[in-house]
Amino acid sequence: MKAKKFEIWTLISVLLLGTFLLFLVYPMFGLLKQSVVTPEGEFTLQEFVKFFSKSYYTGTIVNSVKVTLSVTLIALVLGIPIAYFYSFYRIRGAKVLFVLSILCSMSAPFIGAYSWIMLLGRSGVITKFLEGVLHISVGSIYGFKGILLVQSLKFFPLVFIYMNGAFKNIDNTLMEASANMGCTGVRRLFRVVLALSMPTILAAALMVFMQAFADFGTPMLLGEGYQTFPVLIYNQYLGENGTNYNFAAALAVIAILVTALVFFLQKWATSRFKFSMNALHPVEKKEAKGLSGFLMHAYCYILVAIAFLPQLYIIYLSFRNCSGAVFKEGFSLGNYQLAVKKLLARSIRNTTIIGIIALLVIIVIAVLIAYLVVRRGSVLNNAIDTLSMLPYIMPGAVIGLALLIAFGKKPFALTGTLAIMIISMVIRRLPYTIRSATATLMQISLSIEEAAISLGASKLKTFTRITVPMMANGILSGAILSWVAIVTELSSSIILYNNKSITLTMSTYVAISRGNYGLAAAFAAILTVVTMVSLIIYLVVSKSEDVNL
Amino acid sequence: MSVTISIKHALKKYGDNVIIPDLNAEIKQGEFFTLLGPSGCGKTTLLRMIAGFNSIEGGDFYFNDKRINDLDPAKRNIGMVFQNYAIFPHLTVRKNVEFGLKNKKLPKAQVAEQTDKFMKLMQIDQYADRLPERLSGGQQQRVALARALCIQPDVLLFDEPLSNLDAKLRVEMRTVIKNIQHSVGITTVYVTHDQEEAMAISDRIAVMNAGVIQHIGTPKNIYQRPANLFVSTFIGRSNVMNGKLKMEDGKPVLHTSSGYTVALHNVESEQQKDQDIILSVRPEEFLLNRDANAPGIAATVDDCVFLGLMTHYFVHLESGEEVEIIQESSIDSIIEPGTQIRLTLNTEKVNAFTADGSRNIMTGVRNDCVG
Repeated sequence: MKAKKFEIWTLISVLLLGTFLLFLVYPMFGLLKQSVVTPEGEFTLQEFVKFFSKSYYTGTIVNSVKVTLSVTLIALVLGIPIAYFYSFYRIRGAKVLFVLSILCSMSAPFIGAYSWIMLLGRSGVITKFLEGVLHISVGSIYGFKGILLVQSLKFFPLVFIYMNGAFKNIDNTLMEASANMGCTGVRRLFRVVLALSMPTILAAALMVFMQAFADFGTPMLLGEGYQTFPVLIYNQYLGENGTNYNFAAALAVIAILVTALVFFLQKWATSRFKFSMNALHPVEKKEAKGLSGFLMHAYCYILVAIAFLPQLYIIYLSFRNCSGAVFKEGFSLGNYQLAVKKLLARSIRNTTIIGIIALLVIIVIAVLIAYLVVRRGSVLNNAIDTLSMLPYIMPGAVIGLALLIAFGKKPFALTGTLAIMIISMVIRRLPYTIRSATATLMQISLSIEEAAISLGASKLKTFTRITVPMMANGILSGAILSWVAIVTELSSSIILYNNKSITLTMSTYVAISRGNYGLAAAFAAILTVVTMVSLIIYLVVSKSEDVNL
Repeated sequence: MSVTISIKHALKKYGDNVIIPDLNAEIKQGEFFTLLGPSGCGKTTLLRMIAGFNSIEGGDFYFNDKRINDLDPAKRNIGMVFQNYAIFPHLTVRKNVEFGLKNKKLPKAQVAEQTDKFMKLMQIDQYADRLPERLSGGQQQRVALARALCIQPDVLLFDEPLSNLDAKLRVEMRTVIKNIQHSVGITTVYVTHDQEEAMAISDRIAVMNAGVIQHIGTPKNIYQRPANLFVSTFIGRSNVMNGKLKMEDGKPVLHTSSGYTVALHNVESEQQKDQDIILSVRPEEFLLNRDANAPGIAATVDDCVFLGLMTHYFVHLESGEEVEIIQESSIDSIIEPGTQIRLTLNTEKVNAFTADGSRNIMTGVRNDCVG
């Protein structure tokens, strides 16, 4: 046996592990410690006792779980039919519907909430119209109903995108075989199509649950009395009632336990549907004719229109005259002029810097980890992989809190810098990019790298000249989606930002929370346009209608 | 340029799982040498040990006198062709072919000249600026071959290169590979599980099973005088029957289980003794007699399949053993199922093995496998 040669990859593994220990494990450990150790340094469970002894606190978990489960269910109910119509029938303007749906799902989470307040809130346009002209009371959009409305409309496109991928993998011969055995129509939809798509339905449900549960902006703006868990964490940490670090940390630990439980429940459910499909003969789309055809078209158009409406309305509002919280007659660029005075340039600059640097770091780390895991599986590398997936089950507010506790004081005083914002973005998006990089690399045959080596290329050259370029397409399309997610991120930024590191999203949020609705509309419109342009670039680059979130 | 590959006491294991226990072989300079065996027999493992992609747990690998065990795969100067072609999909055909030359840091003009030469040789020069995804499987295989040849390797390695092609292209490409190999004269190791392909293409074949080389020989010798029962049944079709060898008047005589006796003239002298044997008869080594009273093994026809040139008969013997017979199709009617027939043996050609099947007792076996 020859001695194992020292390799550059071993060094990279160690460096990556060190990075994760510093920026992920250390903050998580700090969070855990904060939750069970008093400021005087004694071990205590009083924060957890406090939480579970008051229904005011435990109620937020019930609220969160209730609204999130409802949202997940409704998103599935709304999203599966549109995906079914899209995949099995020729719907006119189907491409446009699909692109608009993606735009809806990727928009900043609270802009929809804000827009719906403008439409259906206490002084919303529709509310006033219905009350003033038709004398109908629409009831309150605030609380459970409002969160349900906004989040369902935001998350059903996720289900649409996921299910579309699953339906495409159903082989037409399976459809024909079931028709041959007398199973058609609705029976076939449930017994065959949906049964075959079960793994994807569960995956989509998990994705919606995680995102809806962690969503901070929507319940913050719309919840009012209906307090959800992320809002409680935020209020305990930075709220008006004074800061309670220990209690907030305990809340964060409880939040992770809840999401981890859901994560493992979903894994358990998925393990019962272990099969994979690959269609040799994709289903041929049928003509949507007659009454049912009309109804299908109506369903798709109306659903997407309602989901997309808030985005357009915000852009419209941004050109309206406005003073404080009241919009007035006439159009101007006044809101934008105000925005320029209110840190617009700084917000855009910060957003760009944070986005680009975070993206580069994410890509480099994701490619390295994918390579280490797929090509050089070892205990160390698998440990790194598992570590890197941890943030998947951590709500943004929890990550923000953990970073603040870890880096809010010496020796790592990073609070209020762009660096800590970048770190939080990297941590939040890394799991997604690693998944897509790993999947891309797995499809690249090992023999291609061996071919390069046998042709005299060094290992490093093979990696940079062969492996990375072949992964490029998959990584690039994933990166654009990460960019959009970074640009619209709110729940951890709100804990970490300050006036110097303010971003477009934060500027929008601050304007809304201070009642500067015109200003908010201007910021939100810019944010929306940035999102749209990025996504259009994504669709052009990836040259496909598959979206890998 | 071309080298002799010597493999001495090669050992391969994954953990405690031994794949290749102790393998010896000598591959001659310029020879087309094929590793043939069922899947999982270790043939690809051995090839990848030569290439340097699998670690070597024991033994020595030499290119001429140079031990290559610890030599980096990039420095072994090997041209390798993979089962899935392993063409770089993001590089054009030209860039693929010149990839190895560029790694050698040759002057630009020489790279271009060499690349052109091999693209022309493989008839892919008209696709030079295309991306590989727009080429057919056969064309991609030609690119892979040009790329491997272009670096003027000491050794060419093929890992089931034709298994992804359709039947017609497979035959065409194996001729291309054989002709190219003969014209450049590079020592070649070729892995396949397709025996017809191995027969058609090789100078010598090594038949492997369970990590052990059973027989190294020319295609003709391996087919006609297989070293043991495994080789006999793996290469071509063989009807296996139990029998006894008895010395009568100092001459070896075969007694089949159904009572038929015939003298065997070409038994090795030290095996000329009373013993149980296993008889291996290829379908074409039976002689079929329609006269049910003629001497021979009594048999009944169960089924017959007319395939044009040949007709296959499936018959059962009195002892219950089932055998397959191939006869050249004759103009008169084929023998109907149910017909009683007599079978005799072409004793020139049949093979007989020791009772454990480990050794052919006939003369004329040439096995280069040492150890």
